[in-house]
Amino acid sequence: MKKYVCVVCGYVYDPEVGDADAGVAEGTAFENLPEDWVCPVCGVDKDQFEEA
Amino acid sequence: MKAVEMKKGIYWVGGIDWDIRNFHGYLTQRGTTYNAYLIIDEKITLVDTTKYYLVDELLERVSSIVDPSKIDYVISNHVEMDHSGGLPRVMEIAKNATLVTAPNGAKGLAKHYDTSSWNIKTVSTGDKLELGKRSIEFILTPMVHWPDNMVGYMPEEKILFSNDSFGQHIASSERFDDEFPSEIIIEEAKKYYANIVMSYGMQVGRELKEASGLDIEMIAPSHGLIFRKHVKEIIDSYVKWSSNIVGKKALIVYDTMWGSTKKMAYALQDAFEEKGYMTSMKNLQNNHISDIITEVLDVEYICVGSPTLNNNMLPTVASFLTYLKGLTPKNRKAIAFGSYGWGGQSVAQIEQYLSDSKFDIKLSKRLLYIPSEENLEELKEELKKLL
Repeated sequence: MKKYVCVVCGYVYDPEVGDADAGVAEGTAFENLPEDWVCPVCGVDKDQFEEA
Repeated sequence: MKAVEMKKGIYWVGGIDWDIRNFHGYLTQRGTTYNAYLIIDEKITLVDTTKYYLVDELLERVSSIVDPSKIDYVISNHVEMDHSGGLPRVMEIAKNATLVTAPNGAKGLAKHYDTSSWNIKTVSTGDKLELGKRSIEFILTPMVHWPDNMVGYMPEEKILFSNDSFGQHIASSERFDDEFPSEIIIEEAKKYYANIVMSYGMQVGRELKEASGLDIEMIAPSHGLIFRKHVKEIIDSYVKWSSNIVGKKALIVYDTMWGSTKKMAYALQDAFEEKGYMTSMKNLQNNHISDIITEVLDVEYICVGSPTLNNNMLPTVASFLTYLKGLTPKNRKAIAFGSYGWGGQSVAQIEQYLSDSKFDIKLSKRLLYIPSEENLEELKEELKKLL
């Protein structure tokens, strides 16, 4: 599964790690993140991410 | 020191930093202010504070209106220490106050200060804080320009407490935009946008969209003058700057050792002028990078030149390029140039920086030792073909 990078702050979403703080399990593909998921570092929306 | 009334019962109570000239690398020739605002209502509310060394000034201004221990709410729109530095003192004095901030604000403040004894209430976009006759609605504005940024809108008085957005680094005893030369305010707002906000143009666009539904009579930023006359003008300027709209302009930034790279810079200028471009020459020996960045904001072309010194570009040029890369201007064309004696590595290094910064590089040119008239004429013709 592909990693995605936040173009605003540089945070990398790694599907193998997920985002436990937001209740996102390990193994969740970026495409399957909820629409209201935001960057855990800087808080911008999902559409501000690009494939790493 | 006294508070300044902005609207009935609403006061400016900030601090004026007359002496500051270097704000983390940003040359602040006019000093700055850290604006804080006091609202007297059923709940007494302070919006933001100052840098730590001006908190006594803030407390004195608050005291000219009300005993600071009576403050009920302290709103923290931004963690950065030029606005939060005074919080520990304020929270110590205003023992019963609730600190109102964004979720990221609460996290950030806890990494700056011991917030364990503070009563903290976090808010999100759409949340409203009732103060009595008036209220404040919050809009989170993440990454304009830190994760924690938010702004507050008071519908009853049509005031936007915009924190760093719309700010300008100006120290003055005037408080309102109709008391101060408006050209200087816009110029400093432009410099502020270019140096602080430019990277976050998309976020600014979203903030402006949120703000477009608001009826705004007054913009109370956290630095500089308060807008009550030129509200439309400053919002329109932000729309323009955040859209990366450029003019038919070229900015030529360079440093030179023996005048050869300078000759190339002036040859490029000639070519641009002949094609009807406005040009601006910025020798890095005489211009501060934070001033040059302001001009990047609305140019179609940026040209960067350096001779080669010890197989490298000059440190002044490297410094400028590092600063430029961080501010990520978009949709600009670029030219790399420079003179050299043997290795000639500087131009490729400039090119690398410009392409890492996602500029569209249109021309790259290096010339050996002292460019001849023919060399310069060729350079001009090469550029003119592109324009």
